[in-house]
Amino acid sequence: MYDIGNIYSAKSVPDAISALQADPTALVIAGGTDVLIKIREGKYAGRNLVSIHELRQELEGVSLSSDGDVEIGPLTTFRGCTYSEVIRATVPVLGQAADTAGGPQLRAAGTLGGNLCNGITSADTASTQMALGAILRVQGPGGVREIPIDEWYQGVGKVALGPAELLVKIIIPKSHYEGWTGHYIKYAMRNAMDIATLGVSCLVKLSPDKQTVSDLRLAFGVAGPVPFRCTQAEQDMAGLSVAEAARQIGPAARKEVNPRDSWRASRAFRLQLAQELSQRAFLEAARKGGAAL
Amino acid sequence: MEVGKRLSRVDAPDKVTGRAKYTGDLVPRPHLVAKVLHSTIANGRVKAIRTGKAQAIPGVVKIVTCFDVPDIQFPTPGHPWSVEKAHQDVSDRRLLTDRVRFYGDDIAAVVAEDEISAARALGAIEVDYEEYPVVTDPEVSMTAGGESIHAECPDNVLASMDVRTPMPESDFKTVEEVLDCPSYHQFRGHYQTQQVQHCHIESALSYAYMESGRIVVVSSTQIPHIVRRVIGQALGIPWGDVRVIKPYIGGGFGNKQDVLYEPLNAYLSKAVGGRCVKLELTREEVFQCTRSRHAISFDVAAAVDGDGNLMARSVRALSNQGAYASHGHAIVANAVTAFRQLYQDQLGCHAQARTVYTNLPSPGAMRGYGIPQSNFALESMMEDIARAFDLDPYEFRLQNLMPPGYVDPFNGITCHSTALRECMAKGAQFIGWKALREKYQNQTGPVRRGVGMAVFSYKTGVWPISLETAAARMVLNQDGSVQLQLGATEIGQGGDTVFTQMAAESIGFPADRVHIVSTQDTDTAPFDTGAYASRQTYVTGMAIKDTGALFKSKLLDYAAELLERGAGELDVRNGEIVDAGTGQELLKLHDLAQEAFYSFRHSVHIAAECTHQCKDNTFAFGCCFAEVEVDIPLGRVTVLRVVNVHDSGRLINPQLAEAQVHGGMSMGLGYALSEEMKFDEKGRLLNGNLLDYKLPTAMDHPELTALFVESDDPTGPFGNKALGEPPAIPVAPAVRNAILQATGVAVNTLPLSPQRLVEEFTKAGLIGGKEG
Repeated sequence: MYDIGNIYSAKSVPDAISALQADPTALVIAGGTDVLIKIREGKYAGRNLVSIHELRQELEGVSLSSDGDVEIGPLTTFRGCTYSEVIRATVPVLGQAADTAGGPQLRAAGTLGGNLCNGITSADTASTQMALGAILRVQGPGGVREIPIDEWYQGVGKVALGPAELLVKIIIPKSHYEGWTGHYIKYAMRNAMDIATLGVSCLVKLSPDKQTVSDLRLAFGVAGPVPFRCTQAEQDMAGLSVAEAARQIGPAARKEVNPRDSWRASRAFRLQLAQELSQRAFLEAARKGGAAL
Repeated sequence: MEVGKRLSRVDAPDKVTGRAKYTGDLVPRPHLVAKVLHSTIANGRVKAIRTGKAQAIPGVVKIVTCFDVPDIQFPTPGHPWSVEKAHQDVSDRRLLTDRVRFYGDDIAAVVAEDEISAARALGAIEVDYEEYPVVTDPEVSMTAGGESIHAECPDNVLASMDVRTPMPESDFKTVEEVLDCPSYHQFRGHYQTQQVQHCHIESALSYAYMESGRIVVVSSTQIPHIVRRVIGQALGIPWGDVRVIKPYIGGGFGNKQDVLYEPLNAYLSKAVGGRCVKLELTREEVFQCTRSRHAISFDVAAAVDGDGNLMARSVRALSNQGAYASHGHAIVANAVTAFRQLYQDQLGCHAQARTVYTNLPSPGAMRGYGIPQSNFALESMMEDIARAFDLDPYEFRLQNLMPPGYVDPFNGITCHSTALRECMAKGAQFIGWKALREKYQNQTGPVRRGVGMAVFSYKTGVWPISLETAAARMVLNQDGSVQLQLGATEIGQGGDTVFTQMAAESIGFPADRVHIVSTQDTDTAPFDTGAYASRQTYVTGMAIKDTGALFKSKLLDYAAELLERGAGELDVRNGEIVDAGTGQELLKLHDLAQEAFYSFRHSVHIAAECTHQCKDNTFAFGCCFAEVEVDIPLGRVTVLRVVNVHDSGRLINPQLAEAQVHGGMSMGLGYALSEEMKFDEKGRLLNGNLLDYKLPTAMDHPELTALFVESDDPTGPFGNKALGEPPAIPVAPAVRNAILQATGVAVNTLPLSPQRLVEEFTKAGLIGGKEG
């Protein structure tokens, strides 16, 4: 039994926005894999809900725009992302990251939008979307606006959504993925049904001869209060040979991450993981890009 | 022969189709729902509870607090009762308590029309506490002074023991003199195990109602007859006024060998005039408020001569009992006893153990009952000794093993049969022990492999420490089939199936003519203390064997009447009456049954019932071999292959035996690598849910291999010995020893979790050092 105040099933995006305007205390529920747990544990007990679960027509699915940008509806499930032909052809690393969340049941219910809107650092698709420089299109009473993912996270559990605003599209511009290859590593205590101790996503663009790193993106989850990119390490790796970057990326990442000490894992342990996994993610991304390793 | 067959589980069709009924499936409608208010401090006293606001919440029927319940203390462990006061369990529980002893202690309860009303009421109850300092470390608890956790136990030491084996004539007067003797290799070690939980999938739940002035409790328990007794004790009512019913249960592993919330549930039903009240714990409550495995620390010492003989050993074990006694000192006593028994000391062994109250959730019984803990210490120690003094770890163990015919000097438990040596050989051959030990020497690089082993012994049942008794009843049906009724319980282990096989074997029936009554109802089920101590195939098996023989003799007497032959000339084979000499079929049992039920001449309802008091015990044995790969920079261990080889005597059902071993090995892997209850300094459980408590998933398991060497135990009813618990025992030390071979790093604290390994590898210079 769940202690739910009331639930309104929205009929369209504008309808959901009006419902949220009418009841500013209401929470948005999509897949429910996060909200229902918080209701059960009491944090959201008795809250009113606005469900966007039935807006799949408007908000689910992955497509390619005419100019080659990947457009992901926020109701796309983890599973839907992993198995999308568009994702596989353009940003397979995102499908790979989505496939590491929870277990099969969670991946069939939980959504990519929810994974961003709950604002948590351990979200398995968030670090890859950071690395990909996703653009988040939101719609609210004031109309539509686009927020670069770099400006999305405002603090633990806080994102840049205004009152009665909904995330309606995740856009990955063509220039952010074309010529790039990536790899995501989720480090957790179990191989399934677990939350990341540390997540690292590395994207790399190699020189035509595959010897040199032309450009690089390195993003982490659980290495700080919100998902973030190691921009200094990214700059420092650009122009290095693949072999040299492999040597330097771990220590460079270690300097930039700022994990906390918690009972789940110590700071020292997470620092060690950040160092080791950056290198491993980089090598795998480079290998996918054609580097001879 | 029905015993020894790979018979499919008798409950399989119902369980796989969802037809099998568990407690939660049976709760009648309408019913009320109870929820317990747990303390939000770990040590102190409830000064006041205000329930006014909660009482006003719609749907709330009744609120009771620690100030309302009877002032009766009762015991909770699933031990047979003792008529001698000195041997009775510690009575330190009340239904609800104003003296708070751990974070989550039960201080009030709400009965409401539904879960939500009950939960809202819990949130509206206001409590004033007086707080005392929280003690979670038993070393501190023994010496800290301050308010005793239980007034009856001023120094917080629940019990202690100090046992020295009799020493043969020599120059040494004490074990300590041997341990300190410079002419022997001297070894000292410290090993620490963690608190873990059973993680049965079905929660702990029950429902209670009154009927004809008596209280009926339907519960997910391993021990219905004991639950009946304890409800009687807790409520101060005659035991016969209590009826306990046990349907199918979704796992217990020892947690449900404790009386959990059944007495409170019974009390709450009485408090609302006998209306049906359901009390179902959430997973978080199961973690926080039910039993677990004791964290035990071991300080060990050994003296070994130049030929690899163990001359003497000592062990000092300290067991963290948490807030309430539950099974208490029996666990650590069992632990150090097995420590002593598995290997022989030429001169002597000195074992000390203490059980100490602290402000943590109380551990109780859990599969292996103290032995997974002491086996981790013992088998890590044996490995470390072998490594320190350049002995072959396999040969060193073999050389010092308990010999056949061994008699424990204190409890008299005897090694009636042993195939441990053959188990070791079989396991070593399976894993390729010699070749791998060789191959994995002197590795370098970040990813390394190793192979490790551990062996164990485990007694069967609880005699002579406690009573062993079981009863069985067999009742003939009109078609010549038989009902089998037991007080012994099916708890998912396959008990009903092997009982069916044993009954069929002892009567001379095919198994499909035996109908087992799975549910225990204490009003009608024969007496048996229940599923624990790997006792049922041994002790209940004896009761079934005796009852089968009696039942068969009654069939033969009646057949003799019908056939006008001497009963001695007849036999029951494959379910029919035959000539004992020629085997020729003389009478269909169906026809015999029809006559027996409906004959005008002589109608008799053929039934048999026997009690077997078991006054023997025997050792089961086994070993584990594990091959691991260690990713040093990530602290990650992958178990590549793992095999358990068991000597549990003759197997009643090899298929179920394998399944039992697989389950135990899985539990052992979680114990080794990831499971641990974590607490903060306030005594609050941090990871009391299945996300944060790292029970391994199917994705975390290697192929599990279960092998057997079947000895024929002369004391077992069918040559069989303990199997239920043993598979969980040797896995953790085998994995630990494999990691030691792979990396050269001996980790002495469980679990061998990634963070701990990274810390240990860093200390050892494998990370961040020259090799890092």
